[in-house]
Parts: sequence; structure tokens; C-alpha cells
Amino acid sequence: MLRHAAFTNIWLAAALVVPQLLLVFIFFYWPTGEALYWAFTLEQPFGGSNQWVGWLNFATVFKDPKYWNSVQVSIIFAAATTAIIISVSLSLALLVDRRLPGHQIYSFAYFIPYAMAAPAAGLAFRFIFSPNAGFVAAINNWFPNIWNPATDGFDAMVLVVLCQAWKSIGYNFVFFLAALQSIPRPLTEASAMDGAGAMRRMWDIQVPLVMPTLFFLLIINLTDSFVDSFGIIDITTHGGPARATDLMVYKIYFDGFKAQDYSLAAAESIVLMLLVIVLTFIQFRFVERRVHYA
Amino acid sequence: MSAISLRNVKKAYGKNEVVHGVDFEAAAGEFVVILGPSGCGKSTLLRMVAGLESVTAGDIEIGGRVVNALEPRERGCAMVFQNYALYPHMSVADNIGYSLKVAGVPRSTRETRVKAVAESLGLGEFLRRKPGQLSGGQRQRVAMGRAMIREPLVFLYDEPLSNLDAKLRVAMRVEIRRLHQKLGTTTLFVTHDQVEAMTLADRIVVMNKGVIEQVGTPADVYHRPQSTYVASFIGAPGMNILPARLGAGSSLLLLDDGQTVDLAGHPGGSDLPNEVHVGIRAESISLANHGRGVRAKVHFTEELGSSRLLHAEVGSTPIIVSSKDAGIIEPGAEVNLELPPDSLHFFNPDSGRRIAH
Amino acid sequence: MIERTPILNAVTQVVLLVMLFVILVPFWMVFAAASHDFVTVNRVPMPLWPGGHLYENLSEVWIKGNFGTALTNSLISSVLVTVGKVFLASITAFSIVFFRYRARMLVFWAIFITLMLPLEVRIVPTYAVAANVLSPLQQMLNLLGFQLVLPEWNLLNTYAGLVLPLVATATGTFLYRQFYLTIPKDLAEAAKMDGAGPLRFYWQILMPLSRSNMAALAAIMFVYAWNQYLWPLLVITDQANYATATMQLQKMVPEGFGEPPVWNTAMAATLIVLVPPAIVSILLQRLIVRGLITTEK
Repeated sequence: MLRHAAFTNIWLAAALVVPQLLLVFIFFYWPTGEALYWAFTLEQPFGGSNQWVGWLNFATVFKDPKYWNSVQVSIIFAAATTAIIISVSLSLALLVDRRLPGHQIYSFAYFIPYAMAAPAAGLAFRFIFSPNAGFVAAINNWFPNIWNPATDGFDAMVLVVLCQAWKSIGYNFVFFLAALQSIPRPLTEASAMDGAGAMRRMWDIQVPLVMPTLFFLLIINLTDSFVDSFGIIDITTHGGPARATDLMVYKIYFDGFKAQDYSLAAAESIVLMLLVIVLTFIQFRFVERRVHYA
Repeated sequence: MSAISLRNVKKAYGKNEVVHGVDFEAAAGEFVVILGPSGCGKSTLLRMVAGLESVTAGDIEIGGRVVNALEPRERGCAMVFQNYALYPHMSVADNIGYSLKVAGVPRSTRETRVKAVAESLGLGEFLRRKPGQLSGGQRQRVAMGRAMIREPLVFLYDEPLSNLDAKLRVAMRVEIRRLHQKLGTTTLFVTHDQVEAMTLADRIVVMNKGVIEQVGTPADVYHRPQSTYVASFIGAPGMNILPARLGAGSSLLLLDDGQTVDLAGHPGGSDLPNEVHVGIRAESISLANHGRGVRAKVHFTEELGSSRLLHAEVGSTPIIVSSKDAGIIEPGAEVNLELPPDSLHFFNPDSGRRIAH
Repeated sequence: MIERTPILNAVTQVVLLVMLFVILVPFWMVFAAASHDFVTVNRVPMPLWPGGHLYENLSEVWIKGNFGTALTNSLISSVLVTVGKVFLASITAFSIVFFRYRARMLVFWAIFITLMLPLEVRIVPTYAVAANVLSPLQQMLNLLGFQLVLPEWNLLNTYAGLVLPLVATATGTFLYRQFYLTIPKDLAEAAKMDGAGPLRFYWQILMPLSRSNMAALAAIMFVYAWNQYLWPLLVITDQANYATATMQLQKMVPEGFGEPPVWNTAMAATLIVLVPPAIVSILLQRLIVRGLITTEK
């Protein structure tokens, strides 16, 4: 796999990798180990002795209905955002790839939300979907109280899902478009000669051939929805109302830094970490088996 | 009735015209090869017939109707692409049967027909495989099967053999020819390989820089090239072209170094212009005894087994001679070459066109 | 290809246009809201035509959000993160690909596996480490029986704290490794024959060759660094001096979800935060897209 190897100066080789290894050790592996340690012990936030408690912290976590609520909320959030993002960005990429007049403008503009920081997107969406200002509020003029993410959990979930989806569509779109453009032209031409119309070709040829990309993005979006959603939640809903948008990552933050319960937060971190590891593993497996079409 | 007819067909991308008005007709059942170097517009022409490129000007007729505005699927053409363009995610059977599936042919009929086509191409045992698991030759056959099953009015081949190794290329050439004999479908075949063109074609269309140089049978283009371009493009090696002037009484040809060739006995010798380009095939030249014919200086020889190619120069003009019985000739030696008058071709030095005789 | 699909073409154009609207309209709304006064912005629905109070709102929020300092801090830390990531990725990959030693696969995997440990899932202990960066080393030393006492190094409220934990990069290292593997081994051999040592080879041959990869990686990493939110929020408590632009958005939102923010100034702040990365990604879109697609794991 690594074939090159031209130089033999071992000290120089070591000096070149040490800086990054140090950073990785201090900021990745050590904290991960620390999280494990805390998850199995009880300690005071700063100082004090810690005590081995086995699975107690996990038991506490798993017995807590609030935790299961956040798991459920996270799964709904993950499923909804991923479904919207994948279907919308794939459809857009298929349409842009038809290369009708103006397609360059679209492929340029759809990408722009990628630049938006999560909290900025969150604040913008909170305004646009505010129940008593902005735009969506107009619906309340006709149907009083039908839309209020500040009090209605479902509305709040819709708000954060839409925000996350909006922010991610551009990123997914460029991947799908690149995948579509790498399909050899003659394949589409051959199917056109075989009698398939534009829609039929999308379904029979293009979509199957971007399946590897779709699968890759599926995993990326699920992972992102678990870990990358903090900024949106923190600015829009604070996990509310009534924990309706209390995603796992937000709960960890809240338990660790607001409630200062390190052990509980650590146990929750370990669970989330396992989830991310499983997803990443699936992705690795798939990278190995990745089909390349010449 | 002609199966395909092109009338003053042009193609331009923006201001850049790449096909400058092409006219020709292919009779029903004819195997026509479009031959030319890369960038001569031959593939563009084929793709216009297929409907993959729009026609800028002129008309394309297939089976008696103008197809300019028709979509590819409405034209009754089937195409074999250069890189086969097999659907990588479908099995061989699905690749071959795809057009039937799109057309809504019921599964049982489809399977029977796919099977029949696959058997006829020797693909019977590979039906479940994916294209990635096939060899180059097998992929080529699948591509042909996909075209065959539609029973098209016209077969289009876009340099289908260029990705195969030399040996397989010869085998597939034979197979394509056999298939054509069996099905009798009108065929347009694009290639840059003149051997392919000579062996496959009923008629060859030689293209250069977006125009047709000559249309004719393989024997025609070989023996009566209509331009210096065709003369030097067809045949291996291509025809020797020597600049010359006509001497006194039109019976003497003066080469550029002052040597002469006697034209006595040449049928059209009398109505030649003053300046000409003379063409002669390497194998029409023979070695002559000292003092006869034209003197040439040999630079090197190429051994081909059945014959030798002498690379020589008459004056400053290179000339290639093919000889079965030349002995070993040292580089730098002088030889005498016999240029038989009835093997000479004359071309206009300005236009490059053949001077009729 | 000749296609007569007027209906499908019309549908395509309509869908693309509508989605263009959907995707760009939030930007416009932010801009419009930032230009109204307090009364207008709270009218339902808010007038889409911009009002005349943009400058007023911007200058109010500029002071309230301390954006003079915050933008500077964001710029400094983003540039440092970007430069650090690109530099570290390139030298690490250089060592892994061009030097012969047994542990190089191990080194590669040690870095690559960190993909599975995003900051968000190890946030609490990472914060604890940042309070004393050398503590992991100290504890390792103690464990190995050394009596050496390392000084305390607190990263909270420092640029180092904003930057160092974000600099290690699995994706970047992977990208560079992939790129170096495409360089023929002969090139390194030839450089050796010409008498060039490894560092000269790196500097005079690899660097120029990898320029376009470097630009693509730098472009995505800059946007990534600028948009960091959770980490700065934790590591910076001295907000007057070290706040970054994104974390200032929190100041625009009252605690708890019930209370609505003052929308016109909140949107002015959003505008300030989103404009720099938006400009970067509009100007460098091709680079960013290329970077994203080539770093695809």
C-alpha cells in the first residue's frame, strides 16, 4: 500500500511526524481515554478523588428517560435530515446535469449555504420561522397558533431539521454532481440509443451509478447530524421546548458544562463515540469495496 | 432506394465548422467505412447520423425520411461505441436486453431473444456476468449483441476495434464482416485504420479536414486515388509522390533533379499540364539494370520477411520501393529504379486532385 | 444529443429556479431584516424590500458584539488553523510516504483513526486537557516513573487554545498521502542521484508539485476553521479579548427559547458573521469543491 520509501534518515522521519502525533495524542487519544476513565468513575469536576464505580454511570444514563428521549430525538433528526438532504440534493444534481441553459449558475449558487456557520444558519432560520415576526409567522394570521416552535415540539423539530438540511444540501449537491459528471458520456448516449428517455435514463443508469456516492453521503449526513448539529440547537431551541430537540450532542454539552456532571457526560460521550465509530467503520468497509467504473 | 443519404451536411461548434458539407449515399445492405485521421470529422458525422449531435445545416435521411429533428431512439439506428459503453451495473443479459425492456417487451419474449442473440455471439455462458468480469473481446461482443437485438435499420460503429490488441482486432474484424453477411444490415463504420477499412468495406469514404476526399470501393481508392491525400493515406506504405515537370513533346517527364522518365505508352500523357505531381506505388517500382530507369540513393532498408522496403531518395524527394528480390543494399548505395508509365498517377500540384486519364 | 423534451425541460427549469429561490432567499431575508428598524422588522410579514437602517443596525451590533475584536480573532485563528493543518499534513505525509521505517503504517493509522473521534464526542475531557495541555505528558511521565515536573500550560483564553486542538488533521494527511503516492518513486530517486537530501526534495520538488492540492485543502480548512462554534465557546471565557465572530451570535439570543431576540440587530450580526466565509467560498468555490471531493475519505 505504501510503496515509495526513498529516504532512510530515521531521525528526520521521526521529527516530521512527531508534531502531529503529539497533537493527536494530547487532544484525541488522551481525552478519549479520559472519557473512558470518567465514565467508569465518579469524581468532582475540579480536584477531589475519583472512585471506580463500574457500569454505574452507564446504568444511570440508561435508566434516565431524558436520555432515551434524546436518543429518540437524535434518531428522528438524523433520519429526517438525511432523507431530505439526499433526496433533494440528488434530484437537483440530476436536473443540473441535464445541462440546460443556466446550469452553471445553479451549480454555483446551490453551493453557497455550505459557507454558513451552523449558529449563523440557526439564527437566520429562527428569525424566518419565528412565530411572531418575519415570514412564516404570517401563517398564524390566518390560522392562529398553528405554528409556534417556541412551544410546540414538533414545530421546533421541523425548524432545526430544515435548517440542518438547508445548510447541507450544497455540500451533498457538489458530490452528486461530481459523481454524475464522472459517468462516461457514451453510457448515457448508449441508453438514449436503446430508447430510454431522459427520466428513464436517470433512473436506470445515472442513479445506480452514483450509488457509491449516495452511500458515502448517507453515512456522512448521519454522522454530521449526530455531531455537527450543536451550533443550530444552541442558537435556536436550546434543546427545547420540553426537550423536543434535545439532541445527544447538546445533552452532553449541557450535562458536562451546565450541570457540571463530568461522569454522566463522559458516559454519554462514550455511547455517542461508539455510534460514530460504527458509522465510520461501515464507511471504511464500503470504501474498500467501492466500485470504480472505467 | 438508399438506406442512408447525407445532403450537404455541415457541423459547426459556434463559429468553428468541423464538417464542411458532406454528400453521400449508402445503399441498403451496404457496408460503408468512413476512414480518416483523428480530428477529420468522421466521428462527428457518425454521431450526427445517430442523433447524438445536432446537424448544423443540410439533411440526413434514413430509410427515406429526414431524421434531422428526430431523437436517437426514433431513428432506427444501433451503435457500437469505442469503449463499448456497457452498463457496468447490469449483467450481460440485461445489457443486451435493455432496449427491449425500455420498449416494454414482456419478460419471456425478452429472455428468449437475449438468449438467441447471446448464443449467436458465443456469449451463452456469460449471461449472468457483469461487464467488469469479461475480457475485451467478450465486451466487444456484448456491445454488438446490444446493437443486434434491436434489429435496427442501420448499424453504426464508432472505432469499435481500437481498444483491442492486434490479434483480437483481426479476429473481431472477421466476426463483424460475418455478422454483416448474415444480417445484411446497412452499416456505417468509422475508423482511422486503413487496413480495417480495406478489409471490411463495400465502399470507403475517405475524409480529411471535414470534407470527403473520395468515395469508392477498396480497390478503387487503392488503384485510382482521387487525390494525393488519398494516395498517400491508403496503402502501407502510402503512394510515393514526386514533383515533376513535363518535358518536350509531353512524352518526357523531368523529375526535380533533372532525371527523366519516358512516358511513351502512357494513355493520357498528351493532355497533362506543365507541372504535375506523379504518384507511384512502392510495389509498382522495380529495380533496373545499371544505366536504365531513374537513379536513386538508398538510405536504409526495412526487412518485412516477404519483401524488403528500400527507403531511398530521387534528387531530394524521398521514395519507397518494395521489392521481393532486392539483395542486401548498403546504405548510401545507388540503385536504378524502373517506373513503368502505366503505373503512374498524375495529380494537380495545386489542388492535389487526380488528373483524369 | 437531440432531445425534444419541452415539458421535462420546462419542469427542470422551474424546479431549479424554485430551488434557487429557496436556497438563496434566507440570505436575502437576513439582509432585508438587518436593514429595518425595530418596528418594521417585527411586522408580519416583514417587507422584503430593504429599509434604510442597515448602517445604523450594523454599527449598533458592531459595538454590542465587539466585532472589531471578534473578527480579528476569527481571522487570526482561522489562518493559523489553516496554515497549521496544511503544514502538518504535508510533513507527516512526506515522512510516511518517502521514508522507510517500520512504524510508518502505524503512524498513518494513528492519525487516520482520529476521524472517528470528532471534537463533539470528546468535548468534556478535551476541555479538561486544554486547562493544562501538558498534563497528559506529565501523567505519562509519572506512570513511567520519571520525577520530572512539567510546567502548567493553560490554553484557556489564548490563541493557542483556539488553534492547537483543531490543527491535527486526518483528512488533510490522507489527502497529502494520496497525492504523494501518485508521484513516481523515480522522482525521489533522481533527486537523490542529483545529490538532493530529503528536505531539499520536499521543498524544491514536492512543494511546487503540490501547490494546487495545497490551495484546495487550505480553502476548505479556512471555512471549517471560521465556522467553529462549540470549541471557542468553551475555551474562551474572556470574551472581551478573545471571542471569535461566530460565538458572538450567542450574545444576540436571550437565554431560553421563549424570549425572541431583537431581530434587526440579530440579523445584522448574522450578516457580519456570514459574509467573510461566504465571500471566501464564492471566490474560491472551485478550489473548495475540488478540496472537498479529493479529501473524500
